[in-house]
Amino acid sequence: MDKDQDKILDEVTTGEYKYGFHSDIESEQIQKGLSEDVVRIISAKKNEPDWLLEFRLKAYRHWLTMKMPAWPNLKIPVINYQDIIFYSAPKQKPKLNSLDEIDPELKRTFDKLGIPLEEQKHLAGVAVDAVMDSVSVKTTFREALAEMGIIFCSFSDAVHEYPDLVKRYMGTVVPYTDNFFASLNSAVFSDGSFCYIPKGVRCPMELSTYFRINAANTGQFERTLLVADEESYVSYLEGCTAPSRDENQLHAAIVEIIAEKNSEVKYSTVQNWYPGDKDGKGGIFNFVTKRGMCRGENSKISWTQIETGSAITWKYPSCILRGDNSTGEFYSVAVTNNHQQADTGTKMIHIGKNTKSTIVSKGISAGKGQNSYRGLVKILKNASNARNFSQCDSLLLGDKCGAHTFPYLEVDNQTAIVEHEATTSKIGEDQIFYCNQRGISTEDAIGMIVNGYAREVINKLPMEFAVEAQKLLQISLEGSVG
Amino acid sequence: MLDINNLKVSIAGKSILKGVSLHVKPGEIHAIMGPNGSGKSTLASVLTGREFAEVTEGTVTYMGNNLLEMSPEDRAKEGIFLGFQYPIEIPGVSMVNFMKTAVNEKRKHHGLDPLSASDFLKMMREKKELVEIDSKLANRSVNEGFSGGEKKKNEIFQMAMLEPKLAILDETDSGLDIDALRIVANGVNKLKKADNSFIVITHYQRLLDHIIPDVVHVLYDGRIVKTAGKELALELEAKGYDWIKKEVENNVIA
Amino acid sequence: MSGNSEVSEKYLNLYRENIDKISSISAPYINSFRSSAFERFSKLGIPSKKDEAYKYTNLNIFFDHDYRSYFLPVASDFIKAEEFRCDVADLDAHGIVLLNGFYPTINDKLRQLPSGVWIGSINEAALRFPDLIEKHYGKYADSDTDGLVHLNTAMASDGVFVYVPKGVRFNKPVQIVNLVQSEEDMFNQHRNLIIVEKDAEFSIIICDHALSPKKFLTNAVTEVYVGESAHFDLVRVQNEHNAACKVTHTFIHQEKNSITSSINMTLHGGLIRNSTYHFLGGENAETNSCGLYLTDKWQHVDNFVNVDHAFPNCTSNQLFKGVLDDMSTGAFNGRILVRPDAQKTLAYQKNNNILLTDDAKMDTKPQLEIHADDVKCSHGATVGQLDGDALFYLQSRGIDKHEAKLMLMFGFAHEVIQNIKVEPLRERMDNLVMQRLRGELSRCASCVVKCG
Ligand SMILES: Nc1ncnc2c1ncn2[C@@H]1O[C@H](COP(=O)(O)OP(=O)(O)OP(=O)(O)O)[C@@H](O)[C@H]1O
Ligand SMILES: [Mg+2]
Repeated sequence: MDKDQDKILDEVTTGEYKYGFHSDIESEQIQKGLSEDVVRIISAKKNEPDWLLEFRLKAYRHWLTMKMPAWPNLKIPVINYQDIIFYSAPKQKPKLNSLDEIDPELKRTFDKLGIPLEEQKHLAGVAVDAVMDSVSVKTTFREALAEMGIIFCSFSDAVHEYPDLVKRYMGTVVPYTDNFFASLNSAVFSDGSFCYIPKGVRCPMELSTYFRINAANTGQFERTLLVADEESYVSYLEGCTAPSRDENQLHAAIVEIIAEKNSEVKYSTVQNWYPGDKDGKGGIFNFVTKRGMCRGENSKISWTQIETGSAITWKYPSCILRGDNSTGEFYSVAVTNNHQQADTGTKMIHIGKNTKSTIVSKGISAGKGQNSYRGLVKILKNASNARNFSQCDSLLLGDKCGAHTFPYLEVDNQTAIVEHEATTSKIGEDQIFYCNQRGISTEDAIGMIVNGYAREVINKLPMEFAVEAQKLLQISLEGSVG
Repeated sequence: MLDINNLKVSIAGKSILKGVSLHVKPGEIHAIMGPNGSGKSTLASVLTGREFAEVTEGTVTYMGNNLLEMSPEDRAKEGIFLGFQYPIEIPGVSMVNFMKTAVNEKRKHHGLDPLSASDFLKMMREKKELVEIDSKLANRSVNEGFSGGEKKKNEIFQMAMLEPKLAILDETDSGLDIDALRIVANGVNKLKKADNSFIVITHYQRLLDHIIPDVVHVLYDGRIVKTAGKELALELEAKGYDWIKKEVENNVIA
Repeated sequence: MSGNSEVSEKYLNLYRENIDKISSISAPYINSFRSSAFERFSKLGIPSKKDEAYKYTNLNIFFDHDYRSYFLPVASDFIKAEEFRCDVADLDAHGIVLLNGFYPTINDKLRQLPSGVWIGSINEAALRFPDLIEKHYGKYADSDTDGLVHLNTAMASDGVFVYVPKGVRFNKPVQIVNLVQSEEDMFNQHRNLIIVEKDAEFSIIICDHALSPKKFLTNAVTEVYVGESAHFDLVRVQNEHNAACKVTHTFIHQEKNSITSSINMTLHGGLIRNSTYHFLGGENAETNSCGLYLTDKWQHVDNFVNVDHAFPNCTSNQLFKGVLDDMSTGAFNGRILVRPDAQKTLAYQKNNNILLTDDAKMDTKPQLEIHADDVKCSHGATVGQLDGDALFYLQSRGIDKHEAKLMLMFGFAHEVIQNIKVEPLRERMDNLVMQRLRGELSRCASCVVKCG
């Protein structure tokens, strides 16, 4: 059976990336490279107020003093920042009045990705902000949401229309000094989504941002800011794809979430950036800083991520549990196949009393993929009755991949209970045989078992996306997974 | 239907089956008994294509085909079903999804269209009633957290779903309470048709009270040392295996 | 240099100033390692909290201090050492004493025990058994990250040597008593080498004691070679005072089919860092690495364990438990590395901790690094309190709360103690731990020196 299994694994891993096409869209780009001038140009292009330019410049100057981190267990080729285009926007008229004014090719691209920009065509109950390269091209349902006081728009619009909100919250969870890529993003971020749910409002639809890299040689640096005011609720989903190219492209984003008293934010990601080909050529470097702050009592932030794409993924969606009784959750499935590397996990910082956190991480490694879980659970001295439970499992498919688990548990309070469990194992031959005996082929059996293994996390996704995620999981493992 | 001739099997170089011959005709029920470790489960594993056991000699023909050359799933799709002695847990894989895949794979193999979701659920419901399995069990992951008896009932349920031609039940009766034993036996009897056969591996007569075997074999030390009618099971129940062991030893001496 | 450069400079100078003196009393083979070890130490330096392996331990508290360094043995010191007996009732063991890192006997520096087993001074062994020393000395102790291993190689000149020849099943354990004694604050290093050849069996107990209430810093390296199908057990009992800092590095190299265990019992000490490296260098090898730490006051205990599965079919178990009282702190850093060809590895790791006060703190970092697919590996870590349900159950049977807590804590600790195979020692440890948990003095009851 071993040989068969290897063969099937092999077939499964040679599955093609479905979103690798490139659209011919005229874009407006600036010169390659990074300098203070480039930062100023980006800011000028976006007509930004001075305070924002100042913020960018401070970030840029700070970035210059920093060194690219040398992360253990990741092999990252040298990135030449002078070789990246930091701003690229699909050419279109400056103000959109109706859908007809969107470049038809642009619309076609999003249609092809399954993200129709016409509201009536879109999945009921999902509002989308579509971002291509450096700018947001369309936000659907904006008006409908506005009636409830919900602000959902591109980051650039927010800067002009709601400068006070942006000023009040931007950089409060991820300061521009936070880390190398966060500083870089703070200097050159181009667009992204902004969302504000007012007091007492439950957002009636899923909000979603879809990120697409299209142009070559560009980096994507978006910034998402999500504020849930007291007693509010929102579920937010982020998806992304990119064309298949031989060069690596850099994606360095920031997501900040603020949850006030009694509010709840669910943030889901289905990450499917181009992973590179099966020899490890090309693919996105996905270096992202995501962090949520449970500021108010009883607030809750829940991260769910399905990570199947990117050549290298480095991200740790985290929760700072400041409010008493606040809750943080992290549910993750990360798949690495071929030459992909993923280093992902979370940080749960317990500051308030009676704070709770749950971590469920499922790594799946196939081919030559390397998959690491890296997580920190920190219970501060005053966080009495804090609870954390972490479960980190790794599934290995094939004998050339690796699975690593690096949890850090720092406990400074006697009343805390912190538990971490992890297992690493191969897909069960007994389980495969049991399925075989019922007439199910090894390939299907593997698909079923992997999906079963990831089920706990997939179930946390909004319904519409769970199905998508399940398929994605199968595709990512196609040709390689056992 | 099934012809096993002089089958020799070893595991990790150790000889376990030492020349087993067995012939099962359509519609027959064969019981295999024998002391612990005699090779009963090994025989079941070989028939279903589990690879840890190595066939060193002998042939197995199933409905005219060389069974040993077939993959486990093809055997299953051709109608061989094994009720495992120790059914494994598969976390996260729902029974529904599992069974749907199995049923439809088999249908595909036989050139049939897959069952629609509603037909499939209807079938599930019927079969559940047939084996009186708690419907909650079917909503859980495969065998996960099932009690020993529940796992066994679940095997019978799956058998009912897959309607095998040749069902091998490896100690499906162990771990069952009295009612469950009756349910399992009834399930088997209801599934029994003129053209399908059963091999029932068991240690106890009580199952054979409900499932009346046509033939009873005793497997001892890798060989079938005695074959007789259903009265043999009663005799074994009353006398144990010692007399058989003695007979075997005497034969060897003689 | 990656470590703390200012503090490291002190030790670099110490080497430069004393290397001639050190070399003059050491065997040539041991000297032959010194300059390259010094090179590596000067690159790595004294570890700081920036080093991943020392993230939770601040060595500066002890390393940044002016000590008298004990480079040359002083004959008059030896008399005290001879008097010392660390009593474990009914423990039938061959004893060796090390004083400030030196073998304190002038005449009988190597002793032959029944069945051809040799014990004694490593420096002497380097002269008398050059073949054995050349085959094993400096072959297992290595680190790309920890400068202290190289500091030891550069400057240590004595320590214990044990040789158990092929096939010898040596039932009586050997007990090494490490004494530190000085009228001034003192820094010392020693180096042990234990060779257990093919098919042999051997068990060793290492006890650490401080005999005077001074500030002590010890940096010790122990190399152990365990041959094919051999069995080896190590129990380390650390019972020093709160001004003593002990840094130990133990490298256990195993050949195929061998079985080893290592148990660190830390009862007392100011700052203790035990690094234990297990290298499973052949198929079917098995290792059990355990530790128990009971800390109070300002103590800090850090256990670092590295299990390296380099061959298929090996098994490893790690079990480390701690009870932390007052404002003491603890760290655990356990790593399981499964190399690409080490299929069918079974590797387990567990670290459980109980914090008794709000000021106690525990940092734990269990790690799995797996490069082979057919493996079963798991780890678990917990930090918490005693199980409330269990406590209630005991109370409901009429046991008062305080006693019930003690019982539960004792049970918690006993899970580690029960791995000690030498029965009298196991009983002694149960006793000591019980006393320790009750807050009674837990030093060896018959210790001749009332220290600390
Ligand atoms: N995977 C294996 N590796 C080594 N030996 C095995 C293996 N599986 C079975 N055996 C040995 O083969 C012999 C037959 O085992 P088998 O399971 O077929 O017995 P059985 O007749 O089913 O017994 P029981 O009545 O206890 O279920 C036993 O001695 C058993 O130990
Ligand atoms: Mg059996």
